[in-house]
Amino acid sequence: MSSALLTLADSRLPAGGHTHSGGVEQAIAAGIVGDPVTLTAFLRRRLHTAGAVAAGLAAAACGADAESLAHLDQEADARTPSPALRAASRAQGRGLVRVGRRAWPSSAWDALPEPPHHPIALGVAAHAGGLTPRDAAAVAAYLSISGPATAAQRLLAMDPLAVAALTARLAPEVDAVAESGRNGHFCRIPAAADSLLDLLAEVHAARKDRFFAS
Amino acid sequence: MPHGRIGSLPPDHNLDDYVDSHTPEHRYGGPLRIGLGGPVGSGKTALAAALCRTLGAEYDLAVVTNDIYTTEDADFLRRNAVLPDDRIEAVQTGCCPHTAIRDDITANLDAVELLESRHPGLELVLVESGGDNLTASFSYGLVDVQIFVIDVAGGDKVPRKGGPGVTASDLLVVNKTDLAPLVGADLDVMRRDSAVVRSGKPTLLISLREDPSAAEVADWVREQVRVRVAAGANTTRA
Repeated sequence: MSSALLTLADSRLPAGGHTHSGGVEQAIAAGIVGDPVTLTAFLRRRLHTAGAVAAGLAAAACGADAESLAHLDQEADARTPSPALRAASRAQGRGLVRVGRRAWPSSAWDALPEPPHHPIALGVAAHAGGLTPRDAAAVAAYLSISGPATAAQRLLAMDPLAVAALTARLAPEVDAVAESGRNGHFCRIPAAADSLLDLLAEVHAARKDRFFAS
Repeated sequence: MPHGRIGSLPPDHNLDDYVDSHTPEHRYGGPLRIGLGGPVGSGKTALAAALCRTLGAEYDLAVVTNDIYTTEDADFLRRNAVLPDDRIEAVQTGCCPHTAIRDDITANLDAVELLESRHPGLELVLVESGGDNLTASFSYGLVDVQIFVIDVAGGDKVPRKGGPGVTASDLLVVNKTDLAPLVGADLDVMRRDSAVVRSGKPTLLISLREDPSAAEVADWVREQVRVRVAAGANTTRA
């Protein structure tokens, strides 16, 4: 394993992820998430839907040419019915490109649509960093829960040790999602929609009193 | 690049290879970016509004706000700074106003770049942080210079306490001097302590209530713009 993988998955990588809650801010407002048990349920649901889709897209984008990247970006659009989530994904993609270009210079960045969906940018970042499609899938799957977990910890003033523990215990499931997403054929990219996440995102985007961008 | 006394191991590695050659866009040109930081209630938004009113006719300017929760600051600016909506961008900071101006400036860079693309002639951007503590400071990847705003009502010992905002900011503003007699604050102590901890960098003691134009701070801003233009930054924009 390359330590570039650790850099890419590190929440301290300044790519803007800390301003997004992955829907958990609205899930808390709606009373769906309120403690470690309900947070775990939310994270598992997100991992197996949005996380699985992101893992498949990121793996497919890792090493893809310009034409395929444009196609994959459309595949991401098609799998993201919520306009708010599309905007959030592209905002995070833009942030990752900004830091990724500096960290891992590569001509692959120029082949990306501007701004790209986040998983597509993740795939390119992984490739530029010398990583594999499996690595790209792993980062995408991991980020699909690590960001919301931290956001919930902040919003609910949860015990950070409890949040760290439940995130760590999800590792086998994260690995399984990454493993199933590693096959980069377009036709095998998951399309696991979650109407709950879509609805939460739309309600959240209309609020003025929010801490997180999404 | 000389490695000085640190040395480098192993010797066949060149340290320059690790440092990317990128310079933030705003170092080359575009508008001067000024960070406005400081504790809650010290007068950051009031100062931003005052600067907009005083300098709005001289410079093509815009503001980024980093409210912790609402768009209250942005709304205040719309009402008080005579600034049109398309010149104010509000950033959500994910419960961490400090992170958004120092450790991960992505959301703020997005906001500044959006304003720059919307107003190609922009000359000045004020980036106002969410209210934070004395350790708050802006990354110089986001702003060119920064102003830290404290107030007399917070106690005359604040400058002595220091912290990066007080000691390292390019300008320290001590607001609400009109309240000094009411809260028992000694302005001479604040002035003297500031000079000691700031190693010669400027401090202005002001009252936005008595001077809503923030004339002295506006003069400092004009000087920053003048220095930047004299350095040719605006003529070498990439």
